Amino acid sequence: MRPGKLKRYLPNGRQAVIGVPFVWLFLFFLLPFFIVLKISFAEADVAIPPYTDIYSWADNQLQIVLNLGNYIFLTEDELYLSAYLGSLKIAFISTLLCLLLGYPMAYAIARSSKEAQTVFLLLIMMPTWTAILIRVYAWMGILSNNGLLNGFLQMLGVIDEPLQILNTNLAVYIGIVYSYLPFMVLPLYANLVKHDMSLLEAASDLGSSNFNNFWKITVPLSKNGIIAGSMLVFIPVVGEFVIPELLGGPETLMIGKVLWQEFFNNRDWPVASALAVIMLAILMGPIIWFNRNQAKEMEGRA
Amino acid sequence: MRRLSFSTVMLWVGLLFIYLPMVIMVVYSFNASKLVTVWGGWSVKWYVGLLDNTQLMGSVLRSLEIALYTAVAAVALGTLAAFVLTRVPRFKGRTLFGGLVTAPLVMPEVITGLSLLLLFVAMAQLIGWPAERGVMTIWIAHTTFCSAYVAVVVSARLRELDLSIEEAAMDLGAKPWKVFFLITIPMIAPSLAAGGMMSFALSLDDLVLASFVSGPGSTTLPMEVFSAVRLGVKPEINAIASLILLTVSIFTFFAWFFAHRAEERRKRAIQQAMESMAEEVTSSKWKPAQAAA
Repeated sequence: MRPGKLKRYLPNGRQAVIGVPFVWLFLFFLLPFFIVLKISFAEADVAIPPYTDIYSWADNQLQIVLNLGNYIFLTEDELYLSAYLGSLKIAFISTLLCLLLGYPMAYAIARSSKEAQTVFLLLIMMPTWTAILIRVYAWMGILSNNGLLNGFLQMLGVIDEPLQILNTNLAVYIGIVYSYLPFMVLPLYANLVKHDMSLLEAASDLGSSNFNNFWKITVPLSKNGIIAGSMLVFIPVVGEFVIPELLGGPETLMIGKVLWQEFFNNRDWPVASALAVIMLAILMGPIIWFNRNQAKEMEGRA
Repeated sequence: MRRLSFSTVMLWVGLLFIYLPMVIMVVYSFNASKLVTVWGGWSVKWYVGLLDNTQLMGSVLRSLEIALYTAVAAVALGTLAAFVLTRVPRFKGRTLFGGLVTAPLVMPEVITGLSLLLLFVAMAQLIGWPAERGVMTIWIAHTTFCSAYVAVVVSARLRELDLSIEEAAMDLGAKPWKVFFLITIPMIAPSLAAGGMMSFALSLDDLVLASFVSGPGSTTLPMEVFSAVRLGVKPEINAIASLILLTVSIFTFFAWFFAHRAEERRKRAIQQAMESMAEEVTSSKWKPAQAAA
């Protein structure tokens, strides 16, 4: 084979640069979802791996058996429906709380001096890279019945009996807002810092109040930051496992925890897969919204 | 004196909310009392006790090993992805590619973990690889989601870069790969370092993905901590948690420090160039224009 001909078959540089990350992400991120979809139609089995094959080949016939039993099972048991609804409710409320607390924080950072900004950003960013497990664990010591918070309140004489906070939904909200707050602040800051202050000055010169300025100028301009921050909180929280497991109690029904139990405790891989498929279907809208928003930001057309 | 605004107060409240629990945990890791809530004086005995726990030490080494491999691979993969997203305007499947790069940032970990495990099981059935799950499979899982973080950090930097430098090199006859390695890479080096340290920290932290894709005998540090934490708060866990916190904080600080220092140097260089140019312009070219006016 002549070298010229060989060259035609080898990928050129451009294709290799695109190809390597594409193939990796396709193989280890996209393809697995189709396998989850496939296994959600299988039946649980006492075998290794613990599910039946949905294809079979006998007498020159290819049989594909799609077992909808897992999905029907999920609709029949109310536990699963309330877990999905519980997850969505907790994710929605905590996103809102993060926004209420995070927006003023991002605003204050964006308005501070350049040197202060870098320090504040570091302070906000540092916890995002620190184990979520450890930060949640830190709260366990504070919120438990004989924990620091109850001890402190009893010492002050505010309460006589310790308050039950750990293993309730309140503790879950505290944990989620605590862990996900930086993911809300960072995109909001990135957006707010780009705003042109002269717009606000012009509006003030024309007699607009500070409050009016904020609602009519700053908030609409920061729309992309609000979307990015909210989605960075909402989507992962729907599937959150560690926080409801460690801080939540029996009343805390979240789908990530249910999926984990189906998989690790019941070893029912097909039902766990069906749970994941439905969760993904619910989250598809928000994920696409986030990706569009992010693509605009990444290409610098925001 | 600056007026204390509502947003500034909220910023300090928020920072207090973020840091107070961690400070409390670190302080209590030095508590001599076995009871977590009673203060029994200062002591380092829980830290000393950690060293005797061989199972824990084994998982620490395993986690560090995985985190190191992850950082290297995620930087390579994430940089390529960021380069494609910012420098290749049109190709087939670009929208899909963009989605694949950003989706791991938000995808719930239980879904990613479950789907990767099922992929590994299916691959083992089909082609016999991976024969057993462990460091290798955890590394693949971590690399996939860390490269998304690297891609975000690096693409932010690539977008800021002045394209004309790369174009100039190309015009002078440098091959694209040479431009990439000799011009682009040195200019984005701080963000590569930041991305690498971030990946290291993220990999060291991960519990959910590792729980799904690890096999018997390959317990990572977070898995070890999790099974201990489930049983309640204990001073030993306070100690190991404080150590993890310290390690990650050091990494984060250095990541920030390198990025910050490089940025300052770049700004100063640009400013100097601007000043010297402005001087030249005012001393030579400005006069004829004035004369014409």
